[in-house]
Amino acid sequence: MIVATLCFYLFAGVAIVSGLMVVTARNPVHAVLFLILTFFNAAGLFVLLGAEFLAMALVVVYVGAVAVLFLFVVMMLDVNFQELRAGAARYMSVGALVGLALLAELALVLGGMTLGGVEVSGGALPTPPADQVHNTRALGQIIYTDLFVLFQIAGLILLVAMIGAIVLTLRSRPGVRKQKIADQLARTPEQAVEVVKVPLGGGAQ
Amino acid sequence: MAGLEDLLKEYLPVLIFFGIAGGLAVVAVGASYIVARQKPDPEKVSAYECGFEAFTDSRGKFDVRFYLVAILFIIFDLEVAFLFPWAVALGDIGMLGFWSMMAFLGILTVGFIYEWKKGALEWE
Repeated sequence: MIVATLCFYLFAGVAIVSGLMVVTARNPVHAVLFLILTFFNAAGLFVLLGAEFLAMALVVVYVGAVAVLFLFVVMMLDVNFQELRAGAARYMSVGALVGLALLAELALVLGGMTLGGVEVSGGALPTPPADQVHNTRALGQIIYTDLFVLFQIAGLILLVAMIGAIVLTLRSRPGVRKQKIADQLARTPEQAVEVVKVPLGGGAQ
Repeated sequence: MAGLEDLLKEYLPVLIFFGIAGGLAVVAVGASYIVARQKPDPEKVSAYECGFEAFTDSRGKFDVRFYLVAILFIIFDLEVAFLFPWAVALGDIGMLGFWSMMAFLGILTVGFIYEWKKGALEWE
């Protein structure tokens, strides 16, 4: 198990260092690439915890999709990053507040506290031992039945995100010639070809 | 903890592969750095062949439709991620589990029909 311990320190160390690089890198594209490295290391930590499905989902969803989206946003935003950085000190207090809120949430989850009589940590559903039931299976046994409502809400949120993205970004431009396959196939020789009788010595029309 | 140990043993080949891949990368870059003679001059280090000096800043705007395609991809990516544990545990969760996934897929199919009809998948 010494290998696992070494791997843990490797993953955790690289994750912390690259996480720091995300917020300190001068080039925002480099920051996003460090974020991807952080995701990979978090996936490694998940594997060490025995949470295989979460590790693979992290790689597929976060590295494969969310990080690409971040890259798009960073590359698409036509902002002067030097100017942006100059104003960073003004937003420091708001940023610190958001950080504190996240820290409080983490403390609630880790401490297993209750908030207003509602248990906010995941203590209600204990993890089954890894030698009895597979990790992915253990998840599947509760997501679709015990957590039915949350699962459907997740679906609705995805629907809202889809429709919102389309409403916000889709605009049809006029004057674009699209290929209309149905129209092409519906054309007959009578519509397409005209036979003209050309008189001798005179051109067509 | 015995179960976790067995699970991690299954990942040992993956770890070995990562070690070999990292080692090979270090050897390939490091050896060419050490062994090869390095005498850079401005002509050598300038862009060559198909490359040329950048005309403008690379932070140019590009079309928002790339973003739309990416976000639609993420949504269906998440949908597929939900399908995996469902498929694995389908034998244990009974009819409720089956129909819960069908309802989830139905909700997303509504969105899919919307995006198809809106023409969000067309590139023009």
